[in-house]
Amino acid sequence: MLPRILKTMCKRLPVHTGFAALLAFSAAGAAPIALCAQNAAPVIVQPGAPGQPTHELPASTHATLPPLVQADVEFMQGMIMHHSQAVEMTALIATHTNDADVRAIGAKISRSQADEIRMMQRWLAERGQATSMSMPGMPDMDMNGNPMAPMPGMLTPAQMEALRNAHGAEFDHLFLTGMIQHHGGALVMVKELFSHPGAGQDAEIFDFVTDVDTGQRAEIRIMQHMLEEKH
Amino acid sequence: MNRTKRHLLSWAVCAALLPLSAAWLHAQEPSSASATPEAKADKAAESEDPFAPQPAPPLPAGMTGSSTSDPRYSLKPGLYDAGEVAMGMKHVAYMKKPDAFQLNASTPDDPAVAKTLGQLGVGNPAKMPPSMKMVIAQLAFANSDFAFQGTHLFQGNFYGIDIFDIANPAKPALLTTLVCPGGQGDVSVYKNLLFMSVEMPNGRIDCGTQAFPPDPPSPSGEAKDMHHHIPVAQPDRFRGVRIFDISDIRNPRQVAAVQSCRGSHTHTLVVDPNDKDNVYIYVSGTSFVRQSEELAGCSDGEPEKNPNTALFRIDVIKVPVAHPEAAAIVSSPRVFIDPRTGAVNGLNNGGSHDKGEQKPVDTDQCHDITVYSAVGLAAGACSGNGLLLDIKDPIHPKRVDAVNDPNYSYWHSASFSNDGTKVVFTDEWGGGLGARCRPNDPNKWGADAIFNLKGDKLEFANYYKLPAAQGDTENCVAHNGSLVPVPGRDIEVQAWYQGGVSVMDFTDPAHPEEIAYFDRGPIDPKMLVLGGFWSAYWYNGAIYGSEIARGLDVFELTPTKFITQNEIDAAKAMQTGELNVQNQQKFEWPSKLVVAKAYVDQLERSKAVSAGQIAALRKAIAGAESSHLKPRQLAKLKKLAAPLETTASSAKPADATRLHALAGILEHPVA
Repeated sequence: MLPRILKTMCKRLPVHTGFAALLAFSAAGAAPIALCAQNAAPVIVQPGAPGQPTHELPASTHATLPPLVQADVEFMQGMIMHHSQAVEMTALIATHTNDADVRAIGAKISRSQADEIRMMQRWLAERGQATSMSMPGMPDMDMNGNPMAPMPGMLTPAQMEALRNAHGAEFDHLFLTGMIQHHGGALVMVKELFSHPGAGQDAEIFDFVTDVDTGQRAEIRIMQHMLEEKH
Repeated sequence: MNRTKRHLLSWAVCAALLPLSAAWLHAQEPSSASATPEAKADKAAESEDPFAPQPAPPLPAGMTGSSTSDPRYSLKPGLYDAGEVAMGMKHVAYMKKPDAFQLNASTPDDPAVAKTLGQLGVGNPAKMPPSMKMVIAQLAFANSDFAFQGTHLFQGNFYGIDIFDIANPAKPALLTTLVCPGGQGDVSVYKNLLFMSVEMPNGRIDCGTQAFPPDPPSPSGEAKDMHHHIPVAQPDRFRGVRIFDISDIRNPRQVAAVQSCRGSHTHTLVVDPNDKDNVYIYVSGTSFVRQSEELAGCSDGEPEKNPNTALFRIDVIKVPVAHPEAAAIVSSPRVFIDPRTGAVNGLNNGGSHDKGEQKPVDTDQCHDITVYSAVGLAAGACSGNGLLLDIKDPIHPKRVDAVNDPNYSYWHSASFSNDGTKVVFTDEWGGGLGARCRPNDPNKWGADAIFNLKGDKLEFANYYKLPAAQGDTENCVAHNGSLVPVPGRDIEVQAWYQGGVSVMDFTDPAHPEEIAYFDRGPIDPKMLVLGGFWSAYWYNGAIYGSEIARGLDVFELTPTKFITQNEIDAAKAMQTGELNVQNQQKFEWPSKLVVAKAYVDQLERSKAVSAGQIAALRKAIAGAESSHLKPRQLAKLKKLAAPLETTASSAKPADATRLHALAGILEHPVA
């Protein structure tokens, strides 16, 4: 609609308030002011791939979220279950060992994973998803009501029982080896998440799992070091 | 509330907000499973409010927290109407994030939604977080870092870039919104080239917003099988550094997209003073390594098992300025190498200090690198360590020193003092997602650490943390800042997420002190909604704040007992044509009397010269100014210079520097 030359001219003019005022007093007349003012509105553009042209988008453009992906939802639900076991393990520390190092790493794991459970619950709740697939006192169920396979790295009931029955140095050893196994499973879960097409594209889940990956990797190394020191 | 009701409620809210895709409907299926046992489980979960913040654990022994009597601790919450408080700063402009970087804003306030909530048995819909859209979208459209050029400001976003005209800092005008998702959108600008970091898996080469399709729905009845997927490579995926040509500021074109194995969390522009034809980009990747099927040559794993691991390195992109389309990675320096053994994982976070908390952990990534070509050095903030790199050969940066700190959890960013004798590192404890400035959070954790730099050695001096405590719903930790060019002092303005903006003087690195601040109340009183300042940078006389959720803020410094108008004016006299904060440029102040007046104010404050001398200096400077530098007045000025040099010989180092600089201006002032 606008002559190309006028459009180009308007585009290149600086956009600040002084400009409109200046033009208003100029001899240019009312029409060009209106046209330029219209053109001075911010543009929304979407570049193409390298070498391809950039397209202008309508002023009404709103942002959209990546589609909600079942793999993301299941990852969060599964990780809540996974984290819950870690919290359960750390809860034994107070009554099962006096080792300062184990107490310290346990406190850190407990604090961060309890915090993250709430974050994951919030993430799921915001998206209208169940925050848990489990039921107290019953085996975990999958969406079809079948007993659910434990998440990677989770301790078996026998391992948990052994941990509950151990004290002192034996507990320390079982706790550290158990938690290393447990954290290793979290890394597997993260890796698997990203192997799903479409997964991990939500910014919040992306930042969270990146943090899980670096944080738990670091804790594994700390615990490995502790095991070496204790032998 | 039972499960069915809760799901209906969620459905009502989300239906209003989310695009109703087939994938989303599919995701709703679990709710239709048998209701009775789930209802019980739901009751148990109900006692836990998933939105409520976690109470802060008690302060560890021997640690202190920030102040709760500071006015910043108790500000009124709100997204757009939060309480504000400032000291030494004036808030001159605010611009809301454009709609193109927000979900359709009209729906959550729709009366129909409130009505539905009521029907569903929500006792008080007003208690619902006011804008669920904000919660869902908080990070997807987060504002991130800044770059500046002439009268243009580039504000990165996880979803693209906003370009503003800031010819008048008090009236910024949005010129262009560039839509191109992929996070974090870290930006740099050089002449007609604009660079952008992309790390997330939704990034597409063509800037598409559709991301990549999710799994096809699994046939009903089939057991869940999430552990046996074959990785699917996406040839259209982009993770790395994009290059746009911004010759037409309203029509930027993508000219290159350089892929990297870990993507680009941040990047740093490096300009080699000896190479006019090329610029370099240091790429810091912190995310997962993608499969070789998607990008040839990429693999991860420990270096003992995989010597070619994409971990334990940074990438260097060479960009021919005249042919940016030919930009490519030219080296992947192993900056963590042990020079004696050749092991590429030769650095760890030390951790000999805090028992249990900090045992050695291999450092395998840099988070951000600040280069200071004027001194031939770079400071790498590299997760477990602070690095000092020799960058005289920019393609082959060499590590010359590395430090760790018992109180640091994540080495995040760095700034040099202008004279290159100090480095300020930041610790992004909790990744910026958590509340880490609560009264019980130690003020040595998530703080700045100031180091003296002598030769090639870093030596710890002290910590600086936001002195005001923040609430449980405010994500807060040390984040990005820049120097404020007040001559004679080392001053940094810095973003602390929802802790606001804090201006800190570290002239004496052992005793850093706050000299100005701005803060808003939390976005929400009941839940942590991600927001606050990502960056706060000084550019040509104003301070710009990139607010993650709220938009763009502009501030000016105002005189207080901590800083005089002359000092502010002297900072404003230092103008630059381009600013990429992590490509640090040396300030060279003009030999103007306004700069001299700043030094005089500082000498009066530090009592380095007598009151009589101060008065004489002010009188002579005023005379020279009002006479427009007449020879007779200039002679008077010159006479005052020599005694200053004498005083300098016995003054403290900071004052000696001021005295020398002041004498220099008095001898040769310019208009």
